[in-house]
Amino acid sequence: MKKNSEAPHLEIVESRRLLFGDLWDYAPSPEKPVNLKKHYDLFIDGKFVPAKSGKTFSTINPATEESLAEVALADEADVDRAVKAARKAYQNVWSKMKPAERAKYIYRIARMIQEKARELCIIETMNGGKPIRESRDIDLPLVAAHFFFYAGWADKLDYAFAGRKARSIGVAGQIIPWNFPLLMAAWKIAPALATGNAVVLKPAETTPLTALHLAEIIQEADLPPGVVNIVTGDGGAGAAIVNHKDVDKIAFTGSTEVGKMIQKAIAGTKKKLTLELGGKAANIIFEDAPIDQAVEGIINGIYFNQGHVCCAGSRLLVQEGIVDVVTRKLWDRLRTLRVGNPLDKNTDIGAINSKMQLEKICSLVESGVDEGARMHQITCDLPERGFWFRPTFFTEVAQSHRIAQEEIFGPVLSMLTFRTPEEAIERANNTPYGLSAGVWTDKGSKIFKIASKLRAGVVWANTYNQFDPASPFGGYKESGFGREGGLHGLMPYVELI
Amino acid sequence: MFQTTIDHVGVEERAAKLGQRSIKAATKVQGIKLALSMIDLTTLEGKDSAGKVRAMCQKAKHPLPGNSEVPHVAAVCVYPNMITVAKQALAGTDINIAAVATGFPSGQYPLDIKLNDVRSAVNLGADEIDMVIDRGAFLSGHLSKVADEIALVKEACGAAHLKVILETAELETYDNIRKASWLSMEAGADFIKTSTGKLSQAATLPITLVMLEAIRDYWYETGKVIGMKPAGGIRTSKDAMKYLVLVKETLGDVWLTPHYFRFGASTLTNDLLMQLTKEMTGMYQSVDYFTVD
Repeated sequence: MKKNSEAPHLEIVESRRLLFGDLWDYAPSPEKPVNLKKHYDLFIDGKFVPAKSGKTFSTINPATEESLAEVALADEADVDRAVKAARKAYQNVWSKMKPAERAKYIYRIARMIQEKARELCIIETMNGGKPIRESRDIDLPLVAAHFFFYAGWADKLDYAFAGRKARSIGVAGQIIPWNFPLLMAAWKIAPALATGNAVVLKPAETTPLTALHLAEIIQEADLPPGVVNIVTGDGGAGAAIVNHKDVDKIAFTGSTEVGKMIQKAIAGTKKKLTLELGGKAANIIFEDAPIDQAVEGIINGIYFNQGHVCCAGSRLLVQEGIVDVVTRKLWDRLRTLRVGNPLDKNTDIGAINSKMQLEKICSLVESGVDEGARMHQITCDLPERGFWFRPTFFTEVAQSHRIAQEEIFGPVLSMLTFRTPEEAIERANNTPYGLSAGVWTDKGSKIFKIASKLRAGVVWANTYNQFDPASPFGGYKESGFGREGGLHGLMPYVELI
Repeated sequence: MFQTTIDHVGVEERAAKLGQRSIKAATKVQGIKLALSMIDLTTLEGKDSAGKVRAMCQKAKHPLPGNSEVPHVAAVCVYPNMITVAKQALAGTDINIAAVATGFPSGQYPLDIKLNDVRSAVNLGADEIDMVIDRGAFLSGHLSKVADEIALVKEACGAAHLKVILETAELETYDNIRKASWLSMEAGADFIKTSTGKLSQAATLPITLVMLEAIRDYWYETGKVIGMKPAGGIRTSKDAMKYLVLVKETLGDVWLTPHYFRFGASTLTNDLLMQLTKEMTGMYQSVDYFTVD
């Protein structure tokens, strides 16, 4: 360049590293917190009522550890009340209502969710720790879309199953996790309502708030009392739902450990069951993949929602010829991730959902280091309070390492390598889980060949973590059974005659 | 040489996501000033006259008259006939003169005419040459012809910096754009540039992202820092900020200077000035308060 100005000198450190500094940094751009109520009650029979015992528990913001509200703690007596209300509503009103009328209620709920989306996504972020960008652009639009989708099915059930009639089941007990609190509530409630069932839903202990705000919407939408009941509490309330004699169906999303307990508990009863459990998905990158988009897919696969995703692409399988370039690009991409205040619109990685989860992540990462894998972790600043974990990946991981086998459920990726497609398939399937998988190659025929051999409920090709209400979701093996979403998502809530 | 394909869905998603970054307050002011300093203020019309070019050079020197905090632009970009006028108007400043050459915009001229075009522009005082590649040769698979031509033009440039215009709208696919970017850098480009500005489709975020990623990969391999210039279609501050975000998060701070990143634009300047004035005074001014040059 000419004249007085001299080109900036590139300092080459650590064998040429890009410089992601603060020459032009983003100013904080936080959403304003929503004013929450100090106290939240259970939603039973269309009314908000305190727990019979009068007990409450405190729910916090994992990014600050500050208490957000006191929430009623349900026990067996409250669950019993909720199931009775659901049974009454099912028998007297909901199962007898014309399907087109049922659809109107569900449509109304969907529209009201859209109207209140902004408030709901802020609460979701405050209570769960996920970045506002995700709750705003992914969770909330999908929540509304699920209600819209199943509203459409309500009066078309006669055409859903060729030659068969679909009859509702009765009272569905639904227990959901803390990683997508409102979205999981939508996945559970929408198909149950569309098929004419009544619901008792228990949100996760750490994230009860959006479900209770959904209860307010349901009340405002004039849904007949008792059709949807929401009981907040700990594992005790969940167990009470599972063991209640008058529940016809259990739908559970959560850990494999608890899933097994539930399946044992209801063995020999009339209860139908669907389980959506853990995963340790293989994300397979072939040499002929579009590398930059694949790297983006790796990031989206494992660091989306702090890795608190059952279908997260937590086992990266990279073909040996491109290991160096993928590692380098992944590292440079990792360094641009912005960790911090989940309410900031520029935050990519929010807070870990709870102290317990953070401890679990830390102990598994420690085991990875102890067992000899090589850790790559960025060195960003973290807020003083709250639960945080820096985005991390491991190389030199062996299939036998705990970090290659166990679900970490955090922003931690394990990279393994393979030489041939056969080896990739073998490694990908070599896990007790089978929820999801990813395949990256520019070659169409290879996609079909590999995808058909992967034992996973969902296989994404040249993308990852894409969700749509029309697409069924669910697992193989220890990842559970039953499908949610799509036409398949109606099946667990109907009796075919 | 490391090569890869581009998945168009993936790259468009990534560009859109980066385009969502929230740019507020001090970041916005700093970003606007940075963008102003990166502009190649351009007039490339058949009706260009000495008067028009002189007026534009005045704007290039003092984008917002009376405000010394506003930086001058990086360069003015003109046809070879206007180099002398621009040189006089910009005497004593740091502003470069970029001239389009090699039979701009089509490039459909014999090689010796293209090379003479370049030599003459450099002799007249151009600091930077914006050349066009032979898209016909590229699309018919004669890649070495394209590369050889770039290498010869580079030689003809001497000390002047070479920007290679790919005219991405005519290359159409991201794979072609990546291939052409790589080929240009290997053949000696100092900058790669999206468009001539003569077609309705010009720079876009995903196209720029593909080119930035090619620049990054080339740097991984060779350590050479190549510059990037999206041109055409960038008219608002908001757009400009999105491009800066792309640079910041793909290549990092080293590229966040006029030395390695330019905007080829004519109308962008006034929107940047309008937004800057709004940030400084708290209110929007009428467009009539910004000079049209």
